[in-house]
Amino acid sequence: MTVRAIELDLAVCAVCGQMSREVHDHERHACPRCGSALHLRKPNSIERTWALLVASVLLYIPANLLPVMQTQTLLSRAEPHTILGGVVELWNDGSWYLAAIVFIASVVVPILKISILALLALGVQRRWTSRLYQRAVLYRVVEAVGHWSMLDVYVIAILVALVHFGGLAEVLPGPGIAAFAAVVVMTMLASASFDPRLIFDAGDWP
Amino acid sequence: MSDSEHSSDPLADLPAPIERRQSRFVPSLIWLVPLAAAIAGATLVLTKWRSIGDRIEITFQSAEGLEAGKTQVRYKEVVIGRVIGVGLSEDNARVIAHVELDRRAHGFTASDARYWVVRPRIGLAGVTGLGTLLSGAYIGADAGADKQTQKQFTGLELPPAVLRGSKGRMFSLHSDDLGSLDVGSPVYYRRVQVGRVTGFKLDDDGKGVHLQLFVDAPYDRYVTDATHFWNASGIDLALTASGMKLNTESLATVLAGGVAFQNVDTLNGAGEEAKESASFELFRDRGDALRPPDGPSIVVRMRFNETLRGLTVGSSVDFRGVSVGTITAIDLDYDEKTQTFPANVTAKIYPDRLGSINAHFGTTGDINRDARAVFQVLIDHGFRAQVRLGSLLTQQLYVALAPVPHPATSHFDAQSQPLEIPTAPGSLEEIQQQVSDILAKFDKIPFEQIGTELKDTLHSTNALIRRLDTELAPEAKAMLASAQQAMESASRTLASDSPVEHGLTGTLEELRRAAQSLRGLADYLQRHPDALLRGKGRDQSPPSGDH
Repeated sequence: MTVRAIELDLAVCAVCGQMSREVHDHERHACPRCGSALHLRKPNSIERTWALLVASVLLYIPANLLPVMQTQTLLSRAEPHTILGGVVELWNDGSWYLAAIVFIASVVVPILKISILALLALGVQRRWTSRLYQRAVLYRVVEAVGHWSMLDVYVIAILVALVHFGGLAEVLPGPGIAAFAAVVVMTMLASASFDPRLIFDAGDWP
Repeated sequence: MSDSEHSSDPLADLPAPIERRQSRFVPSLIWLVPLAAAIAGATLVLTKWRSIGDRIEITFQSAEGLEAGKTQVRYKEVVIGRVIGVGLSEDNARVIAHVELDRRAHGFTASDARYWVVRPRIGLAGVTGLGTLLSGAYIGADAGADKQTQKQFTGLELPPAVLRGSKGRMFSLHSDDLGSLDVGSPVYYRRVQVGRVTGFKLDDDGKGVHLQLFVDAPYDRYVTDATHFWNASGIDLALTASGMKLNTESLATVLAGGVAFQNVDTLNGAGEEAKESASFELFRDRGDALRPPDGPSIVVRMRFNETLRGLTVGSSVDFRGVSVGTITAIDLDYDEKTQTFPANVTAKIYPDRLGSINAHFGTTGDINRDARAVFQVLIDHGFRAQVRLGSLLTQQLYVALAPVPHPATSHFDAQSQPLEIPTAPGSLEEIQQQVSDILAKFDKIPFEQIGTELKDTLHSTNALIRRLDTELAPEAKAMLASAQQAMESASRTLASDSPVEHGLTGTLEELRRAAQSLRGLADYLQRHPDALLRGKGRDQSPPSGDH
């Protein structure tokens, strides 16, 4: 059994990397070098993660039900598009690749992030001891895809700014995109508030 | 920190963290985030959900232009819903449009709400729905007022002419046929468009057409009890005994048809305002509509023994230029007694049009009997029915009740049924008579004899001229030659260098001198009268003069 820093009350500053001793979870400490908050583990990590996950799930409902974008052209009056509706439309139009991209970026990734984080948080709470390595991989996946999850929001923001030809054609943001952006922000915060070291606290890593 | 400590425990060299004041951390504060998210999400979804109203199904003949998710439902150009699906009915006969109405839209599930598809329509009365050329078709809606609601509606194939809640009044017309009217045909009052035809249907017995029309406020108050409607459709070209008559309302009605109305002045004034959905008769044309009511009619029969080409059913019966009736039938007959083919002309006479004549001769007050009395008087006064030429241009005939100079006494039974009116040969007949008289007189002229005599005269004239030519002409020639000779000698004699001329000039000179001396003598004698006695004095100057 390898000794752990937490057992020796040692903590590393998350900002400057300075290791400090005599750090206790029930007290508040600051890094002696840079003054950042110093914890053995992120405080209330699981609770925060859960709270943000719940928030993102709650916001994910309006994000999908409400239109994210309204296109308005001279030929057709305001037409609201929801995310899934847009995917279906693209698919029916034959743009399968685009449909797949939009589907993955706006549906798969958020759901994946939320469920992986939920799984990780659950594992920590239940003190699962198995598959530590795989769970660590999942965490890395979450961190990796998190960068791409704002894709939709960027696209719509750009469209709204660019497609603005008076009465000819106009793209207006819908309320759904705000909810979707909030979902993405919530999942990012959730993954940031999750402390991956907790995964290994329960396990008996060799 | 000592070296020994350092060597024994490398961790002892690590710095201790800075102690911070323990803050009163409320761990549950993070749960405000999902709470806020829940509230925000719920608000968004609720707003959306609240705006979704009832779902209804509308059936149409065709789904042309209807697109799921795109086609809108509009009321007065305000979007109140959206087609969310288009399908077929179970028997494939009709198309069902599933429509999601906005929650704000009230009254569109009432059982009398109406739906129709607005597509660009180009009719004779104008172009409608032009905007749909670009935006695509949409479903027009008209809210209902019924308390009963329903989910299934049958869409109209044509836009309704009048939306509910439009100010105005609905009226009903009855007509023999539709003419060129249609739903949406305009209704005119003094050539101002004040409404339109909203619908029509055949009578149950198929003997007429009922038209619904809507007159917009405030014009609806012009429709009164005394209003007469007429069909202003198309061109009303009438070729009658009074000539050609062309009547149109406006160019649009010429093409698309229309209804016009006007109030007829009656004894009761303009009349009361007509009630909603009051019923009227649709007259065939303006003339019919504005003619005073005919009142009761009596049937009369006339027997003419002449050609009636140009006399048609509908031709008028005139009395002193006033049309008092119309011809209703013309039948040929055979009279065995005279072996002729007379024509029986049946006509309707409207005694009301005789006006005060009725009052003078009629006493009973009963129209029918009064009229017979009037006719009795007329016929006693030599009035007869006569076929006359109404217009040389159109060759139309009419029947005139006119006095004839020497009427043949004829039997008149005022009680006969129908009333038999004796006739006299018409003006046409008279003209023919006169023409034949003239021809007969022409016939009596001995054209042949005149011709022969004329020929003889010409012959003798010819002979005379020939004699002149042969006998007189040579003589004349000789005479002309001698005359020319005489003229020539005369001119020779009178020439300026002739001796005659010379002698004549000398003689004249002498004569002038003689006159001059005579005048000198006279002057001298005047001044010296004594010279006659004493002779001329010596010292006297000679008389004035050049010579």
